[in-house]
Amino acid sequence: MSPNADSLAVEVRGLSKRFGDTAAVAGLDLGLERGSVLALLGPNGAGKTTTVEICEGFLRPDSGRARVLGLDPVTRAEQLRPRIGVMPQGGGAYPGIHAAEMLRLVASCTADPLDPAWLLDILGLSAAGRTPYKRLSGGQQQRLSLACALVGRPELVFLDEPTAGMDPQARRLVWELIAALRADGVSVLLTTHLMDEAETLADRVVIVDQGRAVAEGTPDELTAPPHGQQELRFRSQPALDLELLLAALPEGCRATEVRSGHYVVHGAIDPQAVSTVTSWCAHHGVLAQELRVSRRSLEDVFLELTGRELRN
Amino acid sequence: MKADSEARTSGEAAAAFPPGTFRPSPGRAHPLRMLAAHTRTEAILTLRHGEQALLTLIIPLGLLIGASTLLPGAVDAIVPRILALAVMSTAFTGQAIALGFDRRYGVIKRLSATALPRWVLISGRVLATLIVVALQAIVLGITAVLLGWAPPAGGLLLSIPLLVLGTVTFGAAGVLVGGILRAEIVLALANAIWFVLLLAGGLAVPPEELPGAVGILARFLPSGALAEALQAVLTSGQPPGLQPVLVLLVWGAAAGGLASRTTRPT
Ligand SMILES: Nc1ncnc2c1ncn2[C@@H]1O[C@H](COP(=O)(O)OP(=O)(O)OP(=O)(O)O)[C@@H](O)[C@H]1O
Ligand SMILES: [Mg+2]
Repeated sequence: MSPNADSLAVEVRGLSKRFGDTAAVAGLDLGLERGSVLALLGPNGAGKTTTVEICEGFLRPDSGRARVLGLDPVTRAEQLRPRIGVMPQGGGAYPGIHAAEMLRLVASCTADPLDPAWLLDILGLSAAGRTPYKRLSGGQQQRLSLACALVGRPELVFLDEPTAGMDPQARRLVWELIAALRADGVSVLLTTHLMDEAETLADRVVIVDQGRAVAEGTPDELTAPPHGQQELRFRSQPALDLELLLAALPEGCRATEVRSGHYVVHGAIDPQAVSTVTSWCAHHGVLAQELRVSRRSLEDVFLELTGRELRN
Repeated sequence: MKADSEARTSGEAAAAFPPGTFRPSPGRAHPLRMLAAHTRTEAILTLRHGEQALLTLIIPLGLLIGASTLLPGAVDAIVPRILALAVMSTAFTGQAIALGFDRRYGVIKRLSATALPRWVLISGRVLATLIVVALQAIVLGITAVLLGWAPPAGGLLLSIPLLVLGTVTFGAAGVLVGGILRAEIVLALANAIWFVLLLAGGLAVPPEELPGAVGILARFLPSGALAEALQAVLTSGQPPGLQPVLVLLVWGAAAGGLASRTTRPT
């Protein structure tokens, strides 16, 4: 075991799983620090759900290994299950069961559950408590599933696309919930297709493609542009003299007026470069408006790594 | 950027969820508490389910009333067969279909993801089936008495272990069928088997009245065996022969053993 293995809630090394001819997971590595949030990002079919189900002990890997809270999730499932919360990607309730009954059933399996009525209330399901599961809307089913994952006060939760199909209010609420879980020391492994979700919630992001991790880091690390390739944009009066600016900027910077009054500086943008730009504006007696040093969005990074084409 | 968003979400969260709200405190409940909760849920869902109620109660009750009215004086011969039918409907057909759809909807996976151990998952279903069969037997028995049924008291007592054995045997077969095939196929197959066993399996018609090979075969089917055994104890008040009991035991052990290897959670 690696020295920091104890601090990892989930540790996956060289994990592989095939379904017939499909390599669903192909040599995946990842680690979730205790008390932190890890987001798995990846196109449809990348192997996210397969990875999560291996960690939950529902699937046996072909090779490689997963350790969850230090335990083998398949052979030690009985010890592990009471300690984790699981929100599967869709499904997970008797079609005819009432929402409140389902949550109470899951709660009654644990020693010190949260109050099911309170949980239904904060998830906006109180009015749907006596509605059969099959007649709940998609977003309501998702919320119930999340409630079932949390009700046992787990130390680690697996959330497979927790906000899929939710309206913006519900999504905000789930984000608050996940932030509160993290603040209380719960470890969270979630999958998502929403870049802003990963950016807002995750301490670390792993981008998965075709069963492998193609990038890993904090959202900041992933979206930081390579050194010397940043850009600075601002608006000001049209047709300012760029010669002077270029002379003042460090070697290798390019400045252009892309549209009338819209300026872009490419190159190594450091604090000095920003100061140069604003003094140049001051020299002209104009204001630099909407000045920003852009980062790439997580979506840009994602598309760059996984391709822009739709896979089949 | 990250710092901003973090401050924003945790600030809002602090308002909605005081610190410590989700402080981990995992652990499993007492197994008997889990068993009680699971059994109650399964029983309630079976009783609430409309089609299931039709299969488990309305059809046996209709047949009981219809046949007893059409064939006056035959109620003693009819009741044991109706009870056997009720057992088969609930424990086999109802169980198989419910399990098929529960698997389809990820219920088994959901429940195994909790602290619920496997043995509770199985015993909860078995106990719920026994509860439903007991309720059916009471309703059918009271109706039968109103129709003039007068079984020997010893027979009534002996019929209880037989009903339990029949429920477990048919239940194992139901789990076998419902635990491996796709939900739609389970639905079709479980109903088809129900129908065939009803007509040709020694249930509606006693094995000795069935033609040739079918009649012989029916004695070795759980349907024929349960009907014959119930018939014997409820008319004579004497213990059933060894043969039907053995037939039920062998079917139950075979189906249970196979099911424990083939049943899949999804
Ligand atoms: N039970 C299965 N049998 C056969 N193939 C499977 C099975 N489960 C997954 N696969 C295949 O494995 C690959 C990975 O699937 P997985 O569900 O892990 O992807 P995912 O990243 O969760 O996708 P999504 O974003 O669409 O949920 C896919 O090609 C899928 O078709
Ligand atoms: Mg998935």
